[in-house]
Amino acid sequence: MRIVVLVKAVPIVGNERLGDGFRVDRGSGLEPNGNDEYVLEAALKLTEAHGGEVTLLTMGPAAAADALRKGLAMGATRAVHVSDEALAGSCARATAEVLAAALRRLEYDLAFAGADTSDGQGGIVAAAIAARLGLPYLSYAAHIEPGADGATVRVHRLSPAGYDVLEAPMPALVMGTQVLGEPRYPSLRGIMQARGKETLTWSLADLGIDPARVGAAAATTRVLTAAPPPPRAGATIIRDAPDVAVERIVDFLAARSLV
Amino acid sequence: MAAIWAVAELAGGRPTRLSLELATLARQLAQASGGTATVVAVGSGAAGAAKELAALGPRVIAVEAPTEGDRPAASVVAPRLAALAGEARPDVLLVSASPDGKDVAGFLSARLDLPVLVNAAGVRWADGGPVVQMSTFGGRLGTDSAFTHGRGIVLVRPGTVTAEPALAPGAVETADPAPSAELPPVRVVERVVQAGAAASIDDARVVVAGGRGVGGPEGFRIVEELADAFGGAVGGTRAVVDAGWLPYSQQIGQTGKIIKPALYVATGISGAIQHKVGMQTSGTIVAINRDPDAPIVEFADLVVVGDLFEIVPRLTAAVRARRG
Repeated sequence: MRIVVLVKAVPIVGNERLGDGFRVDRGSGLEPNGNDEYVLEAALKLTEAHGGEVTLLTMGPAAAADALRKGLAMGATRAVHVSDEALAGSCARATAEVLAAALRRLEYDLAFAGADTSDGQGGIVAAAIAARLGLPYLSYAAHIEPGADGATVRVHRLSPAGYDVLEAPMPALVMGTQVLGEPRYPSLRGIMQARGKETLTWSLADLGIDPARVGAAAATTRVLTAAPPPPRAGATIIRDAPDVAVERIVDFLAARSLV
Repeated sequence: MAAIWAVAELAGGRPTRLSLELATLARQLAQASGGTATVVAVGSGAAGAAKELAALGPRVIAVEAPTEGDRPAASVVAPRLAALAGEARPDVLLVSASPDGKDVAGFLSARLDLPVLVNAAGVRWADGGPVVQMSTFGGRLGTDSAFTHGRGIVLVRPGTVTAEPALAPGAVETADPAPSAELPPVRVVERVVQAGAAASIDDARVVVAGGRGVGGPEGFRIVEELADAFGGAVGGTRAVVDAGWLPYSQQIGQTGKIIKPALYVATGISGAIQHKVGMQTSGTIVAINRDPDAPIVEFADLVVVGDLFEIVPRLTAAVRARRG
């Protein structure tokens, strides 16, 4: 089973900041997006159980190589890094176009993506890629398993009441959640082995994409203003004994018509 | 003359609460832009749902479509919407920022080549287009964003507006568009309803949530009772979901749900950034915690320092007594 895992290199959660033109600063200090690590773990488990290999695919600046190195150390076979100066500031539309073009050049049975990213929080790029490639799209996966016939994939998709069991022919694109299970830490051996693994670097020219279609100048959305939200007025603090405290809570809620 | 469209989500043949908000928002944006408001409802029972949506003012297009279980799949909804929107070319498409809504928006953006603004906490009309307000980087930053030119899709979170009936209801029409492009088959083998699936936290006016401080699944009983007293829903932090005390559907935070109830009661929750992201825009935040220095103190409206096992059951009794 050949699985391509889409990985986004994101700023370390808590350290994000905006740079020029209100764009997220991706110059350094990048790590694999948390949700992407869950689908990578699921991909590694599937290939360990059924054979096959895992290819990481990212689009990002030079600093994204750190995130790929971690994925390789976790156990991925190889990495593909789409990197081009012209990509800086790309919007979700351009990102979907570029990643779809890269997937067209790869052979795979399944492509995996994480539910959303900690910096963009969109959760729509994977669906857009599937639509561009005409792939079956199975989202919000809590469990992924190959079908009995070897030609299909089964996914448990989280639903408001529980989960839906979905089945589709391969190749397919699966978007997964943290419910898939905790990702492993890279072992020392994995870190050593990662150094010898192949990383392919593809430019826009390699993908046959016109640089004028991507990057900040072609972005379809823009940030107009950015500012810290106004702070909440300071909290009322109650330290009374339980009976008095409860009376005061109820008064507070009643004053706001909440009880 | 902007054409504002909203996509209604149906559950059991009825519009979700967020869909009613989207219909109201479409009407308000149409008024602000001097344009028109249209709601599209796709799925089994669309005609019935359309009446409820039309009461909010917009014209409603009802599209009957095959529905397995209580909700139509995104792969059924999206190609029909693409056919309608591809022809009518609305300026703005408002879509629920829900799992199904995100699947639909991703498909539409690719097929109609439209940009997407995500996670709108507020939408207003300015300079000939929608301006979308969102909270980013774990709530450390609020941004206003717009499309660089022309038309696009906006994914809207719960709570941007209050659903309000209009003075005059909109007209209801039906349509049966040929799906723009058949999506590859994704078969729904079965829909599994998990025992104990509690009231949904997405739509609840009051959410009572528990963290590690609740101590275990037994501790959650008093949290559930307080939620029940308020007529609300139970939520929790990632730690308690990972521990198996609550299902993932009740998880609030960065990797769970982002909610905006009128009242949020946090019990035994320290308020880590990943949790804060999911609830910080709640109307009123009450924290019951032993630690007066917990991070949640910084963004709560009322902090009760004390033992939640002593306070919560007493509060439940007091709320029950008051609500009769």
